[in-house]
Amino acid sequence: MRAIFHAAVIWLATLLPAAGVEIEEETWFRAAGAARELHILSTTDTDVFAPLIAAYQQRAPDVTIRYVVASTQELFRVLRDGEAGFDLAISSAMDLQMKLVNDGFARTHRSGETAALPGWARWRDQLFAFAQEPVVLALSHRALEGLPRPATRGDLIRLLRQYPDRFAGRIGTYDPRASGAGYLFATQDARQSDTYWRLAEVMGGLDPRLYQSTGEMIGDLKAGRLALAYNVLGSYLSGQLRGWDDGGMVELRDYTHVLLRTAFVPAAAQRPAEGAAFLDFMISQAGQQRLAETTGLPPIDEAALSAAPHLRPIRLDLGLLVYVDPVKRRNFLSEWAAAVIQR
Amino acid sequence: MTAAAPPSLRRRLIWQFLAVAGLLAGLLYVSTRNVAHDAVEQTQDRILGAATLAIAQELRGGEDGVEIDIPYSAFSILGATGNDRIFYRIEVNGTLVTGYEALPGPPQRPGGLDPLFYSTTYLDETVRVAAVMRSVLVEARPAEALILLAQTRTAQESIVAGLANRAAMFGLGFFLTASGLAVLLARLVLRPVNDLAGAMARRGPQDLRRVARPVPKELQPLVSALNGFIARLSAALSRSETFIAEAAHHIRTPLSALRAQAEIALRETPDAAARARLRRIVRLADDTARSAGQLLDHAAVMYRSDQRSDEAVDLARLVQGICETFRPAAELRDLTIALDVPDRPIVLQADPLLLETVLRNVLDNAIKYSGEDGSIEVQLTQAAGQAVIEVRDRGRGLAGAALSALGRRFERGDNVGDVVGSGLGLAIVAEVAQVYGGSFTLSQREGGGACARFSMPL
Repeated sequence: MRAIFHAAVIWLATLLPAAGVEIEEETWFRAAGAARELHILSTTDTDVFAPLIAAYQQRAPDVTIRYVVASTQELFRVLRDGEAGFDLAISSAMDLQMKLVNDGFARTHRSGETAALPGWARWRDQLFAFAQEPVVLALSHRALEGLPRPATRGDLIRLLRQYPDRFAGRIGTYDPRASGAGYLFATQDARQSDTYWRLAEVMGGLDPRLYQSTGEMIGDLKAGRLALAYNVLGSYLSGQLRGWDDGGMVELRDYTHVLLRTAFVPAAAQRPAEGAAFLDFMISQAGQQRLAETTGLPPIDEAALSAAPHLRPIRLDLGLLVYVDPVKRRNFLSEWAAAVIQR
Repeated sequence: MTAAAPPSLRRRLIWQFLAVAGLLAGLLYVSTRNVAHDAVEQTQDRILGAATLAIAQELRGGEDGVEIDIPYSAFSILGATGNDRIFYRIEVNGTLVTGYEALPGPPQRPGGLDPLFYSTTYLDETVRVAAVMRSVLVEARPAEALILLAQTRTAQESIVAGLANRAAMFGLGFFLTASGLAVLLARLVLRPVNDLAGAMARRGPQDLRRVARPVPKELQPLVSALNGFIARLSAALSRSETFIAEAAHHIRTPLSALRAQAEIALRETPDAAARARLRRIVRLADDTARSAGQLLDHAAVMYRSDQRSDEAVDLARLVQGICETFRPAAELRDLTIALDVPDRPIVLQADPLLLETVLRNVLDNAIKYSGEDGSIEVQLTQAAGQAVIEVRDRGRGLAGAALSALGRRFERGDNVGDVVGSGLGLAIVAEVAQVYGGSFTLSQREGGGACARFSMPL
C-alpha cells in the first residue's frame, strides 16, 4: 500500500525509439521498492490505461510498470520479430493479435481468471479479451439539423445520396491502409454485408476525410469540420459526449460490430509471470470493475451482448487470419481504394 | 523357515478370471482409442479438405497471373472443431504466392479432385495437411496452383483422449465388477468341493459309511475313489476284528481246558507248595480268559459302532440286570453293591449290547480294584437331556494317572500292582461314549477310591 504513495510517475513523452520499437509514448510507473518490473506494449493511450495501472499497483505495490504505446501494426511487427522486452501485448487489432498467437508468438496461460472468461472471449488459452467496444457512427446534431437520424446503413446511404451537398467533404472514416483498427472494421464490414461496398462508393463520391484514429475524427467532428464519422470506437466517443451537446452516437441497427480488446503474454517475454499476473488482474472481477469505472472501456459482458441483438462481436476465430494474408490485404485495399478514393 | 502354502484353487480361479477381465478392459481401452482416433481424424480431415477446396474454388486465371481470394469461411469453419492453429501455403508453378513458405509440401503430387492428406511437423507441432492441386489458365497457358492448408490436431487429441478415458473408466468399472464376480464365482464353483470336504471332516473316526451325497459330475470320480477307499478300509477293519474275535475265542477254549486240568490237579495233590502253584495257574487262566473276553468285547464295539443296530433300551432295567449278574462275584470278595436307580424307565435309542459292555467293564473294574469289605455304589440319574451312570468304589483310585491315558488301549495305571488286566476295559467304555456322542470321565473320589461317570444324550 505504502509503495503506491511513493510511486513516481515519470512522463517521458518522447518519441525516441527504444530497442527498435517505434513508440508513440513511453511511461514509467515507478514503485518504491521496485523489486519487480513489468513491461507492457499496448495500442491503448496511456491516459486511458493509467487508472487501471494505478489500481494494479495498489495490489502489487512493488511492481514498476513501463507502459509503451505503439500503433497496432508496429506492435505486430515488433512481436513478430521476437522482441523480448515486453511481458504483455495489448491491442485492439484482433486480426493481428490472432495472427501472432496462431503463429506461436504467445505463451499459454491458465488460471482461475482465464477459465472464468466466456469461451468467445479467449482463444487457445493464449489470447484473452478484456474489453468489448461497439464500433459506432458519430454525428453532429447541428450538421444534421432538419434531417432524419440514420438508424441503419441503408438509411445512411439514402441520406448521403439525398443531401450530397450537406455532406461533401464532411464525412470522416478510418484509412484502412494506415490504421490496423480501421482495416479490421472495413474488412469485417465487407464480410458482414454487401451494403458496405455501396456505402463505401457513396462515401467515396462525397470526398471523405481519412483518419488514423478515433481521437482525430472526434476532434474534427467537435471542431465542426465533420458532420459524420463512420466506424469510431464507442468507448472513446462516450467519454467525449459528456458536456458536448452537439455530439451524437448511433449504434446502427442493421448491425453494429463489437471490437474485443485483447491481450497476451508474448512467448519471448522475459518476465512472463508479471505479464500473466497483470492479465489476470485485468480480466478478474475486481479488475473489470475498475476498468469500467476508471477507463471508460466496457468490460466483457455476455448479458449486454445478448440483450442487444444488433451487436455483433467480431469473433476471435481463425477467419480473422484471412484478411491478414498479404495477397488478400492487397486485393482488399485496392478494391477499397477504387470505391472510396474517386478523385 | 516356513513351508510354502499349498496352491489355492480359489485363488487361482480368481487370478485367472481377473487376468482375463484385465486383458479385456485393456483391449477395450486400446481399441476405443484407435477407433476414436480414426473417426475423429476422418471428420477433421473432411472439414480441412472442404476448407482447402473452398480456397481452390476461388482461384481465377487472370491476365497477370492467378488471382487468389481466400474465403473468410474457409478459415472460420476450421475453428469449429476447436482452438487449433492453422498454416497455409499457396504456390503457382512452384513459386510461393502467399502463406507460410516453410510449410512442408506433400509427399507426392496431389492428383484428382479430392485433397491429399498427410501429417507432418511444422513449428515443432504435428500438423495435418490437406493438399489440392488445380490447373488454372494464365494467358491461355495452364498454370499449376498448389494449395496446402495445415491444422494442428490439439482438439482431435483431446477428443480422442476424452473418449479413451471414458472407455478406460468403463473398462475399470468392468474390471472391478469382474473382480467382485470372480470372488463370488470362485466361491460358487468351489462350494461342492468345500461342502464335501466339510462333510468328510465332520465324520466321526469310526464312521466308514460310503459317501452318498449328490455331487457335481466333475467330483464324481473323486467320490467314487473315496468310496472305494472307504470300502477297502472297512473290509480291512472287519477282517482284523474277525481275526481278533476268532483269536480270543481260540484262546479261551484251551484256557478253560487248562483251568479244568489245573483244578483237577489241585484237588488231587496234597503237596502244599504244588497246590499254591496250581491256584496261581487257575487265577492266571481266569484273568487271561477275561482279557480275551475284553478283546472280544472291543472287537464287537468296533464292529457294532460301524453297523449300529439301535433300538429302544430301558437303561434302568439294563443297569439293574447287570448289577444282579455281578452280585455273586462281588459277594465272593465281601463287597456290596448299592444300587440307586429311579423307578420309572429311562428309555433311549442305543445298541443294548454296547451298553451292557460298558456297564460290565466299569463294574468289573470297580470290583477288581476294590479292597475286601468295601462297597460299590451304582447310580443312574437323568439330567439336562443326559442319562448319567456313576459307579463309585473305595479302591486304590487313580494315583494321578490321567484318564486320557487310561482310556487308551493297552494302557494301565501305575498302581495296578498285582491285579491282572489287559488295559482294554476303559478304552472300550470311552469308545462307546464317543459313538453315542456322550462322555466318559474317571476321577479321584474324596476319601479314597474312584468315580467312573458315563453319560450319553437321551
